[in-house]
Amino acid sequence: MGRKPKLAVYKFASCDGCQLSLLNCEEELMAVAGEMEIAYFLEASRAVVKGPYQLSLVEGSITTPRDAERVHQVRRASRFLVSIGACATSGGIQSLRNFKDVREFVSVVYATAEYIEALEKSTPISYHVRVDLELQGCPVGKDQLLEVISAFLHNRRPNVPAYSVCMECKKAGNVCVMVASGTPCLGPVTRAGCGAVCPAYQRGCYGCFGPSGSPNTISLSERWQQIGKGEEEIVRAFRSFNAYAEPFRRESEAYERLLTEKALRDSTSSS
Amino acid sequence: MKAEERLVIRPAHIQQLIDSLIRRGYRVKGPVVRNEAVVYDDLSSLEDLPIGWTDEQGGGRYRLRRRDDEALFGYSLGPRTWKVFLHPPERRLWKAERNGRGFRIIEEEERPPLFAFIGVRPCELHAISILDRVLAGGEFVDPSYRARREGLFVVVANCGEAGGTCFCSSMDTGPAAASGFDIALTEVVTAEDHYLLAEAGTGKGAEVLGETGGVRPGEAEITAARKTVEEAAARMGRSMTGSDLKDLLYRSYEHPRWDDVARRCLTCGNCTMVCPTCFCTTVEDRTEITGGTAERWQRADSCFSAEFSYIHGGSIRSSPKARYRHWIMHKLAAWVDQFGRSGCVGCGRCITWCPVGIDITEEVGAIRKNGVRGSDREGEG
Ligand code: SF4
Ligand code: SF4
Ligand code: SF4
Ligand code: SF4
Repeated sequence: MGRKPKLAVYKFASCDGCQLSLLNCEEELMAVAGEMEIAYFLEASRAVVKGPYQLSLVEGSITTPRDAERVHQVRRASRFLVSIGACATSGGIQSLRNFKDVREFVSVVYATAEYIEALEKSTPISYHVRVDLELQGCPVGKDQLLEVISAFLHNRRPNVPAYSVCMECKKAGNVCVMVASGTPCLGPVTRAGCGAVCPAYQRGCYGCFGPSGSPNTISLSERWQQIGKGEEEIVRAFRSFNAYAEPFRRESEAYERLLTEKALRDSTSSS
Repeated sequence: MKAEERLVIRPAHIQQLIDSLIRRGYRVKGPVVRNEAVVYDDLSSLEDLPIGWTDEQGGGRYRLRRRDDEALFGYSLGPRTWKVFLHPPERRLWKAERNGRGFRIIEEEERPPLFAFIGVRPCELHAISILDRVLAGGEFVDPSYRARREGLFVVVANCGEAGGTCFCSSMDTGPAAASGFDIALTEVVTAEDHYLLAEAGTGKGAEVLGETGGVRPGEAEITAARKTVEEAAARMGRSMTGSDLKDLLYRSYEHPRWDDVARRCLTCGNCTMVCPTCFCTTVEDRTEITGGTAERWQRADSCFSAEFSYIHGGSIRSSPKARYRHWIMHKLAAWVDQFGRSGCVGCGRCITWCPVGIDITEEVGAIRKNGVRGSDREGEG
């Protein structure tokens, strides 16, 4: 046997939740440590072993000019790069600012705005460098994370299906909340991976795993309207953890435009 | 106790029926109310049944409702089918253990319970016989399915009411079962009376029936039971007819309706998951981090997933249009060539449990209406 492959875990703009998913693996993490050299994982240890790294897990989105540079170093140091979590794969909850003017926020929040260097948009890792695999979820699922590591170690394709939460929901034997109680659910356009936890508790899916492989958001929104949900609710539903993921972004923007047009019409007709 | 061919039993006798099955070692499954729907699950007492419940169904819509009587089988189909017991959505096929430089295969030892299903609807009985043909009838038999199916005891509940999305009478699968059951029940609820006409279909069924404490029926009771079922057939709102359906569909590969339905379809796979005859699975390998053991799992899959048609480098059916078309083409046309009959039994589940209410009968109807024009159109992938 040769030397153990090196694992690196990087962080950009994020809440650390995905790294915590890895730390929460406890028992399995010991097994990972047996098979790989955990060479760079600041959340777990300050000791750093030099690269290159065979596998890099990258958490967080790119929000500052410095990070936009650093992510290229990360790419160069990594043979196999997996971006993990909603931030790294779609821009995360912080991408809500992409829909507004970030300079305005800065001037409101900070006393001396000139010290803040923030990019206008929070963007996923794949906007900046080539990514070998994106693992979605806010946070990523522990089982999926271990599956990716295990697949990497044993040289096989990871099983991370692109189908919707509905498939998991039905396998789990849940009763569909959209059909049986008219509760809006993002499951049909959201990628599987969570095991359909929300529907199992009679709640609609919030879409924290981001878009599925073929998300028909237009048709789902129309259905939401038929079951009595308004345009504002549709904008809000698509504008959360994965707001800047392309299919979700388009959908929230379409309904936002509709709302703006409506408001315009109302104001002209009342004046 | 004596075997009985045909008895009138009272609702309370269902307890004896359940007890007698449990005594014989069966794991009894039947309808229970759970999370706003009637689903099939473990049954141990009469009170578990959805007494006094019914449902309202339409495209993408299901609501439980109270009845104004105490009917035991007064609901129609829910989202869970019997296939989840006979052909479970997830199952380990085998394990392998590292053994020096090689490995050792550990066969999965399955000891499935002996099942008794209470409340199987006639269309569902047809669906089980379709699964028999697909999974146990050909050259390659699924041993797990066969083991689960072999000793199955079936208590049918004939339909006294058509569900909101049912169309079994046009598919010739209901609303009464002709054969293939151990016991068939027809429930009659009137202002004055509440009984079930119980008929044995097998010797085993007759034995169990003999233990329920029922009495021989009179002519009037039999007639009333038959009439209930006939009325259900007459009240069915949908249909999907035509012996030419297979050829019509084969001619309609480029019909514009596929684009239309693709705009609505979410490719979520709910229709195939609730369909009592969809049987597709995929296999998945799992490895332990250390590589000490590996497992091969069989999991339910659907032709609505991109992975389903993935072969070397890409999906064959990448567009939602191709996926929806495949589901109908397989279910209603290719199935006939493959297994000798349609894969649809008219249960209506795919209509009710489609989150956007896509209706297979409506889609087929639209293709039929504009069949010729569609077949003449030039293709666009
Ligand atoms: S509850 Fe949501 S995730 Fe589950 S089947 Fe219904 S729409 Fe899909
Ligand atoms: S295709 Fe639809 S109606 Fe036909 S058997 Fe399947 S679920 Fe029932
Ligand atoms: S319709 Fe699709 S999921 Fe159902 S049996 Fe055919 S290919 Fe399989
Ligand atoms: S027809 Fe309905 S249930 Fe089936 S995949 Fe399309 S949207 Fe989902």
